[in-house]
Amino acid sequence: MSTVLRAEGLWKSFGDQPVLRGVSLDLSRHEVVAVIGSSGSGKSTLLRCLNLLESIDDGRILLGDDDISDPRVDADRVRSRLGTVFQGYNLFPHLSVLDNVTLASRVVRRVPRRDAEERGKVLLDRVGLAAFAHEHPDRLSGGQQQRAALARAIATDPEVLLLDEITSALDPELVGEVLGLVRQLAEDGATILMATHEMAFARDVAHRVLFLDEGRVLEEGTPAQVFEAPREARTREFLTRFRA
Amino acid sequence: MTTPAPTADGPPPPSALELDRRAYRRRRSQRSVLLAVASTVVFAAIVWLTVIRTPGWAAVQESFFDPRIAIESLPKVWDGFLLNLQVLGLSVITVSVVALTVAVLRTLRGPVFFPLRVLAAGYTDLFRGFPFIIVLYLVGFGIPTVVGERIEPVILAVLAVTLTYSAYVAEVIRAGIEAVHPSQRLAARALGLGHVQTLRHVVLPQALRKMTPPLMNDFISMQKDVGLISILGAVDAIAAARSEVSLTYNFTPYVVAGILFVLLAIPTIRVADWYTAKLQRREQAGSVL
Repeated sequence: MSTVLRAEGLWKSFGDQPVLRGVSLDLSRHEVVAVIGSSGSGKSTLLRCLNLLESIDDGRILLGDDDISDPRVDADRVRSRLGTVFQGYNLFPHLSVLDNVTLASRVVRRVPRRDAEERGKVLLDRVGLAAFAHEHPDRLSGGQQQRAALARAIATDPEVLLLDEITSALDPELVGEVLGLVRQLAEDGATILMATHEMAFARDVAHRVLFLDEGRVLEEGTPAQVFEAPREARTREFLTRFRA
Repeated sequence: MTTPAPTADGPPPPSALELDRRAYRRRRSQRSVLLAVASTVVFAAIVWLTVIRTPGWAAVQESFFDPRIAIESLPKVWDGFLLNLQVLGLSVITVSVVALTVAVLRTLRGPVFFPLRVLAAGYTDLFRGFPFIIVLYLVGFGIPTVVGERIEPVILAVLAVTLTYSAYVAEVIRAGIEAVHPSQRLAARALGLGHVQTLRHVVLPQALRKMTPPLMNDFISMQKDVGLISILGAVDAIAAARSEVSLTYNFTPYVVAGILFVLLAIPTIRVADWYTAKLQRREQAGSVL
């Protein structure tokens, strides 16, 4: 399998508080990797560094063959190759759902509006929101908004999908519909890196699991390894608390 | 996805408890109306006794509110008022363009834009502090002196209003831009939009909604301040009223001009109130981030 996204020894501090302490990871094409760990372990920061919304203090990030941590790269271009979904949806409230989905295609990729909308409607249909294309986001439930945000993220055919705790703001019933969609995207061959607290889902859908603790990758392996037979005491402790 | 369908059968007829509550509320509102009427009557009586039934009232009425003089002066004051409207209309356009440009310049990052940023910041600081009347003198009398020929007072007036009001409006726009939640900018940048694209497609459209009420405020004070152009020798509503007053020593024409300005402001004030109320309703309705 070919590596799509690779991080090598990422360091990041906020003030004098180190958040990432030499994180490395590999993501191959069509692979789904779940990053688990308690709040404050650096999951969100890691994702934000990977799509250049934060600058790193040390290390290297490769997207395909390009070193995207090189300050000479065009960060806007890099971000348009990645799809990001946030915990709080962050849909644009002044645009219709369809316009939310097509904005990047129209503005960044310069796709004619008609073509962008045609594709946008296909995507909305795929996430089960065809009927809401012309509604504004505040008319949608949390789960619907998050599915719209997923449609928006995949509209430009990103090489990697970065999902940052996308179900943390949803109630259990809505979590199911969003995760169902992620599962479907994974089955269709999307390359996904997701920070998540949904252990059952990570175990079910992810090919690999990374346990992040205090800014370090403490344990890494298949879901079976990490969840059934964790090597580290800290991982065991974390997982026990989650089961309780 | 399913949205809950409305149930076929409506709510049941109101219970005795609910009917009781409704009757109570009705009694309360009847009582409020009666109280309002009573207090209005008492207040009117006090005004009549202390103001209108005084010996000075007739003199006041005669020199400020003479209906005959009001009707006589109206055509000239109205002609002058049209000049005010012309200045106002042109200024709205120039202020919008200049203010937006200044506000956007202040958001630009990158060393290349450093001088522009400083210039924009300096301009807003300077002209927000500068009394409008000084700007009016400098532009209205200073520029024709430097240029050495007559310039249409309308142009000078628009220039002075634009210089002063663009500074205020630019700050309102900048505040509106900053009031848009950072997560919106983040989401746009994550999609690959650049700084200017983010500003244009995501931040400004949302900022515009937030800044409508304060912009309306600036528009209203601009409506009044275009009255100051009479200083430049332009025959606007106030200059016309002044020449009427100098003929009769009756001040009613000023009141006429003043009323025209009030009539101009009222629709704007109402629209601003309506829009603010609408925004509030929408935000209270709930889940806009």
